[in-house]
Amino acid sequence: MSTHDKPVAVTMRRSGLSRARGLGSAKSGSAHWWAERVTSIALLPLSLYFVASVILLLGADHARMVAYMAMPWNSALFLALIFAMFYHLALGVQVIVEDYVPNEAKRLATILVLKGVILFLALASAVSVLKLAFS
Amino acid sequence: MKDVRDALMIGRTSEGDLVRRPVSPFMLGSAYRFQISSATSILHRISGCVLGVGSLLLTLWLVCAASGDGAFSVIQAFLASWIGLVVLFGFTAALFYHFCNGIRHLAWDAGRGFDIPVMRRNGKLVFVATIILTLAFWTIAFMVW
Ligand code: HEM
Repeated sequence: MSTHDKPVAVTMRRSGLSRARGLGSAKSGSAHWWAERVTSIALLPLSLYFVASVILLLGADHARMVAYMAMPWNSALFLALIFAMFYHLALGVQVIVEDYVPNEAKRLATILVLKGVILFLALASAVSVLKLAFS
Repeated sequence: MKDVRDALMIGRTSEGDLVRRPVSPFMLGSAYRFQISSATSILHRISGCVLGVGSLLLTLWLVCAASGDGAFSVIQAFLASWIGLVVLFGFTAALFYHFCNGIRHLAWDAGRGFDIPVMRRNGKLVFVATIILTLAFWTIAFMVW
C-alpha cells in the first residue's frame, strides 16, 4: 500500500472545523471580523469619553493637560482608547486596501507599511500619555 | 481583457448596450440611482478614513503635550485658529457619523434591522443624528471655552 492510500477513516475523523481551518479563502478572516466588532463596541463608550475630554480640555494650558492625564482614570481611559482605536483602524485599513489593490505584492506591501505607521502612532500616543501620567 | 474573470463583468444596460458592470466603489455614479443604503455605506468607509487621518492629529496633540509647555501651546493655538477649528469640525462630524452608522452595522452583525423600510428610516436617522450631535458638540464647546 503506497503512502497515498491511507485509510479514509483517519482523515475523516477530524472535525469539519479543523479540516477547514487555515484553508481556502477563510484563513484568519473570522478572527479579523470578530476583532473589528469587539473594538467597535469598545469604541462606543470610549469615543464618548474622548469627546467629553476634548470639551474639558478646550483651550487648556500645559499645566491643566498634565493635571488631567495625571489622574489615573483619565490616563487609563486614554490608553484604552488608543489601544482600541488604533487596533480598529489597522483592521479597517487592511480591508480597504484588500478591496482596492488587486496586485498581491503591492497589496501586501501597502498593508505592511500602513500597519507599521499605525503601530508607531499607537506607541507614540501611549508613551506620551504615560509620560504625562507619571510626570 | 486582462483576466478571464473580466468575462464575468460583461453586462448590458436596460437599453441593451454592452457595458462593463459597475462595481462597489462606483455604485454612486451614473449607473445607479441614489440610495440611502449605498450612500451610508460609502460614507462609513470615508468617515473611517477621515478618522484615520484624525488619529494622526490626536497623536501629535499627545506628543506635543508630553514634550512640554512650548510645544503644547503651539498645537493648542493651532487648534484654536480658524484652520484648526475647520479641521476639528470635520473630524467631529466624521466621528459622530461613524459612531451612529457603526451602531447600525453592529445591529446588522447581530442579525437585526434588515427590513428595507426600517433600514431606510434609520439610515436617514443617522444623518439627522450626525447633524444634531455635531451642532450640540460645538454649541457646548463654545459655551465652555
Ligand atoms: C466610535 C465608535 C466606532 C464604532 C462603533 C465603529 C464601528 C465600525 C464598524 C462596525 C466597522 C465595520 C464596518 C463594516 O462592516 O464594513 C468600522 C469600520 C471602520 N472603522 Fe470604525 N468605528 C468606530 C470608531 C472608529 C474610529 C475612531 C476610527 C479611526 C481611527 C475608525 C475607523 C474605521 C475604519 C478605517 C473602518 C473600515 C471601513 C471600511 O471597511 O469600509 N472607526 N467601524
